[in-house]
Amino acid sequence: MATTVQPPKIEERRRPNRPSTDSGNGGGRNSVPAEGNLRAVKEHAPPPASTGIWVGLAAIGMTFLALTSALVVRKGSALDWRHFTLPSILYFNTLLLLASSVTLEVARRQVAGFMGGSRGKDANPARWLYVTLAFGLMFVAGQYIAWRQLSAQGLYLATNPSSSFFYVLTAAHALHVFGGLGGLIRVIHKLKQLTLRRSTLDATSRYWHFMDVLWIYLLWLLWAKL
Amino acid sequence: MHDMSHVAHHAPPTSFIRKHVFSIDHKVIGKQYYGLALAAVLIGMFLSWLMRIHLGWTNFAIPGLHWLSANGAPGDVMTPEYYLQLMTMHGTIMVFFVLTTAPFAAFGNYFLPIQVGAEDMPFPHFNMMSFWVTFVAFLVMVASFFTADGPTLGGWTQYAPLSAVGAVSGPGQGMGVVLWAASIAIFCVGQLFGSLNFITTTLDMRTKGMSLWRLPLSTWGWFITSIMGLTAFAVLMPACILLILDHVAGTSFFVASNLVLNDQLQPHSGGSTLLWQHLFWFFGHPEVYIAILPAMGIVSHVLVANMRRPMLSHRVLVYSMGALAVLSYMVYGHHMFVSGMNPISSIAFSFPTLIITIPSTIIVLIWLGSLYGSRLRINTASLFALGMISMFISGGVSGFFLAQPSLDIMLHATYFVVGHFHLVMAVAAIFGIFSGTYFWFPKMYGRMMNETIGKIHFWLTFVGAYCIFMPFHYLGLAGNIRRYQAFVDDYLQPLIPVHRFITVAALATGAAQLLFLYNLIHSRFWGEPAPDNPWEATSLEWSTPTTPPPYDNFGGKLPVVYHDPYQYGIEGSTGDYVMQTSPEQIKTVGDEA
Amino acid sequence: MAKLFAITIIIIAIGSAIPIVQHTWWLSEDISTHGHPIDEQMSETMAEAGISFLASQILLAIFIWQYSKPRPGEKIKNFPGGAGGLVIAAFLLVGTEVLALGAFGAKAWASIYLTPPAANAIPIQVQAGQFAFYFRYPGPDGTFGPVHPEMISEANQNFFGLDTDHDADAKDDIVAAEMAIPVNREIHLLMHSKDVGHSFHVPELRVHQDFVPGLDLSIHFTATKVGKYEIVCTQLCGLGHYNMKAYLYVMSQDDFDNWLKKEAALQ
Repeated sequence: MATTVQPPKIEERRRPNRPSTDSGNGGGRNSVPAEGNLRAVKEHAPPPASTGIWVGLAAIGMTFLALTSALVVRKGSALDWRHFTLPSILYFNTLLLLASSVTLEVARRQVAGFMGGSRGKDANPARWLYVTLAFGLMFVAGQYIAWRQLSAQGLYLATNPSSSFFYVLTAAHALHVFGGLGGLIRVIHKLKQLTLRRSTLDATSRYWHFMDVLWIYLLWLLWAKL
Repeated sequence: MHDMSHVAHHAPPTSFIRKHVFSIDHKVIGKQYYGLALAAVLIGMFLSWLMRIHLGWTNFAIPGLHWLSANGAPGDVMTPEYYLQLMTMHGTIMVFFVLTTAPFAAFGNYFLPIQVGAEDMPFPHFNMMSFWVTFVAFLVMVASFFTADGPTLGGWTQYAPLSAVGAVSGPGQGMGVVLWAASIAIFCVGQLFGSLNFITTTLDMRTKGMSLWRLPLSTWGWFITSIMGLTAFAVLMPACILLILDHVAGTSFFVASNLVLNDQLQPHSGGSTLLWQHLFWFFGHPEVYIAILPAMGIVSHVLVANMRRPMLSHRVLVYSMGALAVLSYMVYGHHMFVSGMNPISSIAFSFPTLIITIPSTIIVLIWLGSLYGSRLRINTASLFALGMISMFISGGVSGFFLAQPSLDIMLHATYFVVGHFHLVMAVAAIFGIFSGTYFWFPKMYGRMMNETIGKIHFWLTFVGAYCIFMPFHYLGLAGNIRRYQAFVDDYLQPLIPVHRFITVAALATGAAQLLFLYNLIHSRFWGEPAPDNPWEATSLEWSTPTTPPPYDNFGGKLPVVYHDPYQYGIEGSTGDYVMQTSPEQIKTVGDEA
Repeated sequence: MAKLFAITIIIIAIGSAIPIVQHTWWLSEDISTHGHPIDEQMSETMAEAGISFLASQILLAIFIWQYSKPRPGEKIKNFPGGAGGLVIAAFLLVGTEVLALGAFGAKAWASIYLTPPAANAIPIQVQAGQFAFYFRYPGPDGTFGPVHPEMISEANQNFFGLDTDHDADAKDDIVAAEMAIPVNREIHLLMHSKDVGHSFHVPELRVHQDFVPGLDLSIHFTATKVGKYEIVCTQLCGLGHYNMKAYLYVMSQDDFDNWLKKEAALQ
């Protein structure tokens, strides 16, 4: 309950032009004219899912940045870094992941189109989402094969710092891809239930595309440093 | 109208579990965090008592200590390793589970959504998870007390290779370290879930009329902190994972070659000792600002209500807090001046460290300048807020010394450092928590805390804290090295009486906290019923329809905000404040003519 | 209550300053050639920090006293100069102060850490391990024998892992548990850690440097006063950290030569 405040008489109300010793906080600048114009807040703030996913991606990015600097420092700190050739299946996996981003974009645009009112014939976003999911699963399987190929060469987690970072980086990425797969499954489920929000799909897509970009970066890092 | 369609409106919970245990209500989550922080601070304080008794009287048999650890205290006399283990747990529990949790997660979760005018945070399930994940992290940390050879003894900083080479380096250095690192990694995840909600709430869930500059200073404190948390915790987590891998997977991220422990050559090779320090302190320095910024926000918020005027400059205060946050990433190397990193790096890090004194000074000067010409009200909340300013000044000036590598030659790893960080963290930040508690308790529980007991609590704590921590600086100047369980060096003998004085002060001040505990519990059930707005304050939390606020904070009708959060000192009206939700025509008083 | 609080703040502020001004507890005496700028820097910083500390605490106390007084009808006042004035004051006063401290301090630091050791500095190796320091002198041949980590053994007192049977350089190395140095001669201290992180600190000598496992570092210094001093470990290294120390003896050149001969005989 607010104390009842008697409003000052109209003629006493003035926009002070005094030099701002009260920087930005004093009367007039933030007051409400009687006409009732409220201080502008964007009528429609971005959907929280959108802001939220950027927040999440920032955190994930920092994690991989930390691992990158760990790799660089570790490589330079001793003479025991052994180079090895990356299993070639990694490049195939990359294509799978890129393809999955393409199919996800197709699905997303089709859904956006629906929500916008247009209806493309033959549009079947659910199918495209399933294909994305399949590509994603194949990516993870392919990464697993890469690990098996590496261990067949005798390169395990602790064999050499280079192999250590290979496993740590690819495993960390794969873990986050798993998270993305979960998000995709959730989106498919909501699509079928007709409860899918545009913002949810957009956020999930953004996350998935980030996994793509992150993987390209990691692949480059591994290729350049390992 | 703000588009709320994307926020699922939850029906209020009915079952006990949903209301009080697995709740998605940010207010309940805030209280749960507060409870966790309270439990943690009691444990952390108890550990410090044991440490202080041992430091004053090294061979003293503390009655009953052997029940806590038969290995660690045979015959109730603390072993050297047990001292270090208690010290490590003290630091870790206090920094993570008290200082990051209480001012930020506890009060922030409770009041951020209300202060921006939202019904709840946009990801309430993530929010609930953030508490429970943090709780699990706490359990994992406490679990390390119950391993065969106890918790890790490497300090909350866990420098490699002591932390990374395994059990061979000391008791608790095997499983103890793994549990520590696992706990911290889990904690980081919990905090990231929290940051997610704090940031999205502040950016996207503000009610109509609530522009960013109309946010209260406490909200700014939480908002800036949550952004910092995002980047800092996201670096500590992989560092902890790599540390665990060095333990369980035979990797050598942090362990160099040719190390010999117990006359055995260790199998690791090539790891970088300094890498751990870089990763840790990149997190570690922002972490201490994560600890103090919410307290600064809370203290500013409490002060404004008790000065009956807005801050001399609201914006400068916000910009300064932001500057602190940004600069905090550039200074971390001041923990590593003599670490063996390139001496030129030491010079490089010292400059931003010195420069960070400028925004800190501006903040203190704005506080002081706002006190000038104000109508100061004295109550327990404002006493703790003012006390925080005094403590922050004291802790801050010792920073002038520690920012300089040449002085660090004499002060590194001495009690001077321990005095510095205890004053700014253990005292200033805790004073912020106390201030917030006395201020917001009436809103959270609908009852006033007892002012008389509160004031006694304040006096004992204020004087006691100075008695404890001011002497630390003298000890440091005299060269008293930290993390020693006993003082055997010749030149330290004359300092032992000082330690005994500190111990007595610490035990007395610790005992005084029982008053606070009593006040909390007693007032919760039997305190005087509180009006909706006992402090005649203006921000949105004081305009909720009920006290405590209803499940959705505003009873289904979101507030509309017409002006700044701190419309006090109104000229030309009979009252001296106008609430943010009041459409009354206003004008703040700047100067008198 | 406000007045009592204000007085308390002032008492605490002045009370805290007294031991500082009196040097009740202060730095140990400086026996180094490079320490003078450090001590000057310390006094300078203490003066500036002390003034800032006292001024702000007293101002806080005054404002609490003055503005908690009930003043019905009096208007809220702004601090003269407003926030802008305070910001400018902060930048000018604190800014120049810290930049000056930084610049002079950098000079002091560089003179210690960024200068190479003299060509005729006496090389001594110190090895830090849980929980003791051991020192090695190169002996008459002037070279240190190679270290074989796999041969390090506390049990056999082969602290440095020397292979005196096969390494000629190692035969005349002198290993001691105490460090002796001649006065007024520059010492080049080669630092090596056997196991975990440690640190080398002699307060009177104004030297402080961490050992980094995997990295061999060195520092150099000259002692100017004969005496017995303590070397303490300042980097948490395990349960014996508190007890990890060694004595440093600064001796005349003759005494040092005798000491070295005596130690050589004990090898």
